[in-house]
Amino acid sequence: MDMQIALILGQDGIINGAIYALLALSILLVFTVTRVLLIPQGEFVAFGALTMATLQAGEPVKLVWLLVALAIAEAFSELMLMRRTAQGIRISSSLVLKLAYPLALAAALYHLNAATLPMLVQAFLTLLIIVPLGPQLYRLFFQPIANAPSLILLIVAIAVHVALVGIGLLAFGPGGASTTPFSEANFEFELLTLNSQTLWVVGTSVLLIVVLYVFFNRTIYGKALRAAAVNRTGARLMGISPVFAGKASFFLASLIGALSGILIAPITAIYFDSGFLISLKGFIGAIIGGLVSYPLAAVGAIIVGLLEAFSAFWASDYKDVIVFTLIIPFLLWRSLTSHHVEEEE
Amino acid sequence: MKKFCSALTCAAALVLNVASSNVCAQVKIGVVNSSTGPGSMIGIPQKNTIALLPTRIGDLGIEYILLDDASDPTAAVTATKKLINEQHIDAMIATTTAPNSVAMIPFIADAGVPMVAPVGTIAVIQPMTEQKRWVFKTTQNDAVVAETLIAHMAKTGVKTLGLIGTGDPYGENWSTVVSELSKKYGIKLVANEKFQRSDTSVTGQVLKILTTRPDAVLVAAPGGPAVLPQATLVDKGYKGKLYQTHGAALDAFLKLGGKKVEGTILAASLLLVLDDMPDSNPSKKITQDYVTAYEAKFGVKPPTFGAQVYDAGLLLNEAIPLAAKKAQPGTREFRAALRDALESTKALVASQGTYTMSPTDHCGFDQKGGNELITVKDGKWALLKD
Repeated sequence: MDMQIALILGQDGIINGAIYALLALSILLVFTVTRVLLIPQGEFVAFGALTMATLQAGEPVKLVWLLVALAIAEAFSELMLMRRTAQGIRISSSLVLKLAYPLALAAALYHLNAATLPMLVQAFLTLLIIVPLGPQLYRLFFQPIANAPSLILLIVAIAVHVALVGIGLLAFGPGGASTTPFSEANFEFELLTLNSQTLWVVGTSVLLIVVLYVFFNRTIYGKALRAAAVNRTGARLMGISPVFAGKASFFLASLIGALSGILIAPITAIYFDSGFLISLKGFIGAIIGGLVSYPLAAVGAIIVGLLEAFSAFWASDYKDVIVFTLIIPFLLWRSLTSHHVEEEE
Repeated sequence: MKKFCSALTCAAALVLNVASSNVCAQVKIGVVNSSTGPGSMIGIPQKNTIALLPTRIGDLGIEYILLDDASDPTAAVTATKKLINEQHIDAMIATTTAPNSVAMIPFIADAGVPMVAPVGTIAVIQPMTEQKRWVFKTTQNDAVVAETLIAHMAKTGVKTLGLIGTGDPYGENWSTVVSELSKKYGIKLVANEKFQRSDTSVTGQVLKILTTRPDAVLVAAPGGPAVLPQATLVDKGYKGKLYQTHGAALDAFLKLGGKKVEGTILAASLLLVLDDMPDSNPSKKITQDYVTAYEAKFGVKPPTFGAQVYDAGLLLNEAIPLAAKKAQPGTREFRAALRDALESTKALVASQGTYTMSPTDHCGFDQKGGNELITVKDGKWALLKD
């Protein structure tokens, strides 16, 4: 191994690590706020990448119908809930809006020739399609059982993951897809050719992390989410709605997931079931952060990315074994150094 | 305690029970197929092909009972047991992936149901055992395909070879086959790397291969993932020859690979280069018929994997009337007769080549095995002319 190889592997590891870091952050966010281990996080990545590719190919985005179906299910369960209250059924404007949004989006997609749009618009459209899925999934599957033990939340998360993978196959087909790079420029250095997509991935990740940092420390909504993460009951007593906190964290999770998907799609082919393994590696990053610390989770995710790149070079047979075994020493270390407070269920 | 209305809506995607019901349906053929999960890229065209198989042979109705195994060996075994115990099938076409097919063998052998497997791995028919007597296979042995490729390498002056394959039975099998054959042809295997189908980056493996400076690199991966190593090799400035296995023989490979797969050499069924084939090739017409029928029904051209199931249908088509003379469908005797009839298949021209089975050879291709050397030219498959 010489310097050049080390540099290329390092670059590769950092790109993947940056994506894992984003996912680690959103898994951590959702877990601390709602106690849900967001197994379907990877599906947002795969859906984001595949939707972008479908738009670029000028094919109809079938996934928008999932949005419509979930909106109808959501409206239905709202109405059911209203029927039990004293006021009876009232059609609120938010209910109408929730139903109108996916239908309008579907209509817009039908009329637009997405393949000819500039890439930024395509990316924005992708976000418009994928991001609402997060709050919708929370409303339908997790909000009704928000107080259940975390094991039940985990099982439901797995069920949602399995269902979404199946829907991904239906919506996008078994074939993989990748998208055109944001720009073709390459930067030549003495030892290393820096692909511009690398800069995009790393730049966007850093930017997103900074934005999240500002959001959590400077804005009232961010502080509310943090409060809900630190102490749910306390936050509730202070007037922070747990429903709002849950939806907001799922919103951020689907946003980060879809964005990661858009970032990674030009680098590699993504399949309907690719998301799981990507988010699993983000999850290991989050574990390294003890499922509490954001900076440690980000560092952990970068370590996972680098370790993956270097172990692929030295022992490609055992790459995943090495990466996933990493979790054991970290769990040992964490359980020995930190005293654990059992949360009341 | 609060009561929550548990209006959980479950969006489950299943429903796979194609049964072309026929009043006088007599012969039941069970089909297990990976139409969901990681194998679905190969499984879906195979499932589609079932719809093109004959539903009548002579005065016998044929019923196909299709189950999905979600690319999971356990589900494949469950489906197999179900077909045997509940549907009392007479024969089986199964399944998409090698590990699943291998897992099913003890059960079909125990029940005495002949099985035609559209998989590449030789492990389903060799070494021939009492159980594997019941298995026939409609895809060229990996070794035959490998020999075609390696012979071509030797002929064009390749001295050192790098191999990168998936870390699953497909890649493992190729790794074994290539290490043996490369010795025979005097080619030095300088790198043997593994990657996972779901990997988003293979830079590490590719750099390892590049440090050994091989004259040629062979990528052994099924389906779309075959593109990634090749694209990375090209990106990292590899200038040598690139070979792919028949696993890459999918249009998705061309679509995903674009310019980076230009000039790749692979050995695969003539289906890819039908227009380049001479009319004298006996399989041309059958393949043409298959492609036309498939295109008319599904609007796309079938990949080679579909033809493997089509050939399974043709083999059974030939064998069923022979077996029906000896016993009634639905009986153990019929199944045994069907197995014997399949084993005695002689010079059956099918879409991938000509089958001649024997008690020791349940694949039945000759050395050329219906495979052609194919290259990618201007984004299309083309017959390699050297």
